[in-house]
This record gives sequence, C-alpha cells and structure tokens, in this order.
Amino acid sequence: MTIAGSPAVATRVGRPLLGGRRFSLDWIGAVPFLVYVAIFLLLPSAIVAIGAFFNADGSFTTENYLHLSRSYVVKATIDTMSLSAITAIAGAALGALLSYAIVTGAPNGLLRRVVVSASGVLAQFGGVTLAFAFIASIGPAGFVYLWAVHFFDYYAHGIWLFALPGLALVYLYFQIPLMVLVFLPALDGIKPQWREAAESLGGNTWHYWRYVAGPILFPAFLGATLLLFANAFSAYATAQALINQGQPVLSQQIAGALSSEVGAVEPGFAKAIAIEMIVIVTLVTVGYSLLQRRAARWL
Amino acid sequence: MKFGKLTRQLCLTVVAVFVVAACGSTSGGGSASCSESAVKTATSAAGCGGMSALEAAAKAEGKLNVIALPRDWANYGAVLDSFASKYGIAITSDNPDGSSQDEVNAVQQLGTTSRAPDVLDVGMAVALANLNLFAPYKVATWSDILDSQKEPTGLWFQDYGGFMSVGYDSSKVPTITNFDDLLGSQFKGKVALNGNPKQANAALNGVMMANLAEGGSLDDISKGVDFFHRLKQAGNFVPVQATTATVKNGTTPVVFDWDYLSAAHGTDVPAWKVFVPNNAILGGYYAQAINKNAPHPAAARLWEEYLYSDAGQNLWLAGLARPVRQAAMEKSGTIDKAAAAKLPPVNGTPKFLSPDQATAAKNYVVAHWDAAIS
Repeated sequence: MTIAGSPAVATRVGRPLLGGRRFSLDWIGAVPFLVYVAIFLLLPSAIVAIGAFFNADGSFTTENYLHLSRSYVVKATIDTMSLSAITAIAGAALGALLSYAIVTGAPNGLLRRVVVSASGVLAQFGGVTLAFAFIASIGPAGFVYLWAVHFFDYYAHGIWLFALPGLALVYLYFQIPLMVLVFLPALDGIKPQWREAAESLGGNTWHYWRYVAGPILFPAFLGATLLLFANAFSAYATAQALINQGQPVLSQQIAGALSSEVGAVEPGFAKAIAIEMIVIVTLVTVGYSLLQRRAARWL
Repeated sequence: MKFGKLTRQLCLTVVAVFVVAACGSTSGGGSASCSESAVKTATSAAGCGGMSALEAAAKAEGKLNVIALPRDWANYGAVLDSFASKYGIAITSDNPDGSSQDEVNAVQQLGTTSRAPDVLDVGMAVALANLNLFAPYKVATWSDILDSQKEPTGLWFQDYGGFMSVGYDSSKVPTITNFDDLLGSQFKGKVALNGNPKQANAALNGVMMANLAEGGSLDDISKGVDFFHRLKQAGNFVPVQATTATVKNGTTPVVFDWDYLSAAHGTDVPAWKVFVPNNAILGGYYAQAINKNAPHPAAARLWEEYLYSDAGQNLWLAGLARPVRQAAMEKSGTIDKAAAAKLPPVNGTPKFLSPDQATAAKNYVVAHWDAAIS
C-alpha cells in the first residue's frame, strides 16, 4: 500500500511521528485566521519592508533606511515614543481608577451605563473634530481661555496646546475611555468574596491589593497599557490638525514623505519610517510579553 | 445611373481637394480662411490667416473641450458662458473639480480622440513636467505677459494668480506695515502658515516671501527659514494648520497665504486685511496650454485669444483672480477698476520662482524646516 518513492509516507503510516500521536488535521480550523494574518499583516509588511529598498526610479538602495538617522526623524521617534508612553501610562492609570469607581457602584446602575456608553463613543472620537474641539475651547481664542485669562493666563509661557503637552492632553481624551472599555471586564472578574477572605484572615487593604487583587489585575493592566501605547503611536489625524508644523509624530513624517505639492516626495523613505514604527511596536510587544511572563507568576 | 453617381462624387472630391490645397497655399498671405492642417501648427492667429480666419475656422469646428474648470473658480462660469454665446461654440466641460494632474492624465489617455481636452489650465509644476503634450501658441496680447510668466515659444503662458500676502484680523492685531512687525509681542501666538512648507506650495511660497522681505534672494531661502525660527523663538508662530475655521474662530489671526484666497476671509472676519510687502511681491500663477492633439485646434486657439482679450481678463478679475495682463491693462485703462479695487493693493515689481529656484527652496526647507521651528 505504500506509495513508491515516498518513504516518508510509509514511515508515517507505520510509525507515527511526534511521540506516537497521529498526524492531526486540527490546524485546518486555524487556516482562515492564518490566511487573514498573512494577507492583511505579513504581506503588507513585507511589501513595505522590501519597497523601502528601492528609490523612486526603481533602483536598489539602502539610503532610505540610512535616512532614518536624519535629525528630524530621530527627534520624531523620541517624541512619538515618549508621547505614546506618557499617554498610555497616564491613560491607563486614570482609566483604571475610573473603572474601579464604576465597578464599586451598582452593577446595572445609571452611572455605569452612562460612563460605559460614553466611553464607547469617546474612545473613537479623534482626528480633526477632536483637535478643533480643543482649539475652540481651551485654545488661545477659545471661550474657556478668554474667560480664564482674567484670572490666570495659562498660555503665559507659550501656547502649549500646539506642542507635545497639548497633544498629550488631547490624546488622553480618547485614551482614558479606551482604558475603561478594555479594563472593566478584568475588574468585573474580581470577586468581593476575595476581599472578605483576605480580611477574615487578618489582611488589611494594602495586603489585599498587594497579594490578591494586584497580581490578578496586573497582567490585564499591562496588556491594556500596551494597547494604549499602540493606539497613541499610530494616531495621525489628531496630531496633524493640532501641530501642522514640525511634524512631531512619526505617522506625520510618513505622510510628509508620501505627498507633497512642492516635489519633496520620497516614497521609499516613507516605507522605511513605517518599518521603523513596526519594529518599535514589535520591540515593545516583546518587552511586554517578557514582563507579562514575570507578572503572571502568582506572587 | 450608378456609374453616373460615382463619377459625380469623384468629381466633387477632386474639386474639394483643389479647394483645400488652394486655401493651404494662400493662408500665409492673409486669406480669410484657414485650413485644418494650418491651424494645427499655427503658433499665432497670423499663422492661420488672421483673427477673423481663426474665428471662422473655430465656428466651423463648432465645439470646444475644456477640463477641470470649476464654474465658481476665478469666475470660470461666466467666462465659459460668454465665450459660448459670443462665438456660438458649444463647450464640453469635463471633470470640473479635477486637479492639474487629472487634466494631463486626460490628455494622455484620450490621445487623438474627439473627446480629448483642447485646452488646459494647470499649476506650474504640472505645466513644466509635461511640455511634450502642448502645442506652442502666442496670443495677440503676448507682449503684455512678462517674460518670467511665459515659455518663450508659447508652450505655456501664465493666466491668472496672485501674490503671497499676510492676511490679518485688524481687530485682534495692530496694522502691519513692516514685515518685522510680526516679531513683536503683540503677535504672540498669532502667526500661522497655510500648510506645511515641505508639502504645500502656498506655505513654501509663504516662507519665500518672508525670505525676500528679510533681504534674501529667490535662489536662497535660508533667510526665510531663519525668520520663522525667530518667529518661533518669540513665541509668535502657531504651528496649527490655518483653515477657514481657525481664521473664523480667531486661533490664527495672522495667516500667510495667496492674496486672492486670503481676501475671501473677509466674508467671515469683517476686519480682515491683506498686506503685501513692497519688497517681497512673490507671484504664483496658473498657466494655459493647448493640447497638441486638440480635436478642435481652431476653437482651442480662439479660446486662448478670448481669455487674453480685455474681456476675458476682466472676467477673471471679477472672480478675485489677478489676470496676467493686469499691469498692462491698468496702463491702457481697459481694466475693470471696480473689480481691481477689491484686491489688496500692490506696489512694486513682482518676482516669480523659476523651476530651479523652486527646487532649491524645497530642498533647503525639507532639510532645515523641522529643526528651525521646533
């Protein structure tokens, strides 16, 4: 019954590989996922990574990658990473506190329903509309500023709204609601009985958070923070509407290299910046999983 | 009977060929008609037997294809209607909201078909990149156009545009009379560009205007970049993208932009004023060109003649665009004075970036802009 010239098949039939397990077809169920990942993640990344090795006239070059050392790209990299890290950590901390406040309330109470639905909307509220909402309210001609300036001029040392601090503030407007959305389910998993158990064993609040709730929530908190980091890292329209000059954010640098009426178009360089962003997110994700492994260890 | 009909047709054909040949040979001599082959290569109305011969040939064609001319842009609606009714030529206006690149793409894709655009109205970057698509032609008023505003053989010639300017809300900031006023403390957090000079042509020209005002030359934009560096250090530069919304709301009370676009803010902000510095009059114009494969070559040339006539120029002016013959028409007194008065006043000789100067400016700005204003 063996097929001529195919000893591998014969071996497999006679003596199954993998420690006696039969050849399994279980992976077929994952095919749609794998195809999806291949088409929408791996293929575009590969096209971009390879495309970055060519210049506009189609000849091979490594210049595009070398151009990443240009001072303004280095600065944009540092600025984008610190902006993303700050808004991720601040957004995660504030969002977690807000989630905790909601969880301690009635499970189906009005507060919870209002905050959750508002978060669902606000987490997606970004771009030009959000930027202009800030410009029109707390901006230098905004109604809040025009009223507040009689008591305190918060732009006395420069218009920080149109600089990185302003961008961070505006980002928090969608980062905190996103944190509420992703962190609430984890908080819901905490049972009040655990706290009662900790207390009946003589533990105080610190002990409860340090040894029970903290270790359970920390992996979820880290994961949510990473999501927030990626969310801020990839944002474009909000930054573009708020800080048009200097392009402090990497995604703006990509747009700048891709489209220009004045002829400053470097498509290969744009691809190289995109690869730089992919590499940064990959590194952060690897760091996260190492940390996660440590954090998931109970106590 | 059959044979007789064929003979008659042959005879007619022979006669027709003779007639056409006769016209062709006399067209240079001022005949009142213009053959199809002559008009395709005519580089002026005289090359087609004079203006009335051109007009007759265009009327015989009876059609004109134009592209990317929005009816509300530079008053093109009125220009199209008046040309059509004056000469009885039907105009097909394709893709009115298209870009300059769309126009060139249509010329390339439609080739020698009867649907191809006859005439183009394009930005300078696109005009310079596509010289091989155009037929050279000089309108009757050719000498009124400055040398820096036309290609010497007539492949393209600028039509309308404006000057770079500083628009400002005079209720929020003091009157600007000198460029260095902008560095003063009363302009703190108020000065913006229309776009990023690495990407937007209007913004790059804004930096160039600053450069000229600060004593720089068209060849070297570094003084302009340096001006914005000082503006930033003074805390006066707003890095936000200036839009109609930010002007209306007051976030960008001072904006560098083309004067004809800036003047339009007056509808939202009544106190809006437009300042063009006398030592930095920087022009930015669109250009006309004739498709060398124009399906209606005579109508195409007649259209250009109409656009560059006093009537055509005044129609553009009524749409707040500065026609290229404006200075000459002011001298001869044929300008529509009421329309001209709506535009900001300009005293001095305008300057225009050559393609090489624009490239040099762009390269310098790409390398130095981000560092200068951060």
